[in-house]
Amino acid sequence: MKFGVVVFPGSNCDHDAFYAISSVLNQPVEFIWHQSENLAGCDAVILPGGFSYGDYLRTGAIARFSPVMKSVEKFANAGGLVLGICNGFQILCEAGLLPGALIRNSGLRFICRPVHFRVAQTDTPFTCAAQKGQIIQAPIAHSDGCYTCDPATLAGLESNRQVIFRYTTPDGTNDAAGNPNGAMNNIAGICNRARNVAGLMPHPERAVEAALDSADGLVIFRSLVETLLGAAKATA
Amino acid sequence: MKAHVWVMPKTTVLDPQGQTIHHALSSLGFAAVKNVRQGKFFVLDLEGMTRDDAQKQLERIARDVLANPVIEEYRFEIVE
Repeated sequence: MKFGVVVFPGSNCDHDAFYAISSVLNQPVEFIWHQSENLAGCDAVILPGGFSYGDYLRTGAIARFSPVMKSVEKFANAGGLVLGICNGFQILCEAGLLPGALIRNSGLRFICRPVHFRVAQTDTPFTCAAQKGQIIQAPIAHSDGCYTCDPATLAGLESNRQVIFRYTTPDGTNDAAGNPNGAMNNIAGICNRARNVAGLMPHPERAVEAALDSADGLVIFRSLVETLLGAAKATA
Repeated sequence: MKAHVWVMPKTTVLDPQGQTIHHALSSLGFAAVKNVRQGKFFVLDLEGMTRDDAQKQLERIARDVLANPVIEEYRFEIVE
């Protein structure tokens, strides 16, 4: 099993993701430079948070054309596991690997604070180690996190159960009050139809041990590890 | 050859920046302004191609790069 964390110019959560996998979960991981033509044999790829290419033009708009993204697209279309966090989520939407787009927060402010979101679906490689309805506390740090798409796409996301994370209050009772950025249907994260590509705006890699105030985010990385271990066992 | 490209958020997409500008204009007394939407304007210098080719390339440039068709619409014009 090997994880890969892609590094774009302007990525700033690449080391956090690397740390979560290497030091907290003790799994092999390596950085993949944005100009790389391949994914170095990785079994799961993480597009980290940050401000790739300065967020020029639109968030993720330039990063999606970097050389490594051709390999990521091929990998994703062949069923490979791809997780986009924050800017990584924006890049996956720009690349068309996930539907919709992330636009300016409804309040127009850059928001950097812990939020809560519910695991809405557990039948994905990103959430299989979680309990359905489990509430995760992790920080958000974004200006453009308001998920949006056209009504038909939104209906499709809901009917295919592709909304895997939804903002809510700490006790999980009031979704609307827990929505920090105006995202449609309180969407904090989605997966594609095949369920092998996912993106979320909160930062689970910044919530992986008690010293960071929350270790809730670890369940997402543990889900990926369990999925890959299961896949390895099945082929053994 | 010079081309102008306009990119605007679709009218169905929330435009909090436009709303905020509208709000500021209202409080400054510009009561006649009923709505504001904020977009982007690009000026491209093109070289070594016919007008027809430029037309084709600009369509691709606007659709694939300068605008995100999920949330934005665009138009362009070759100006000289």
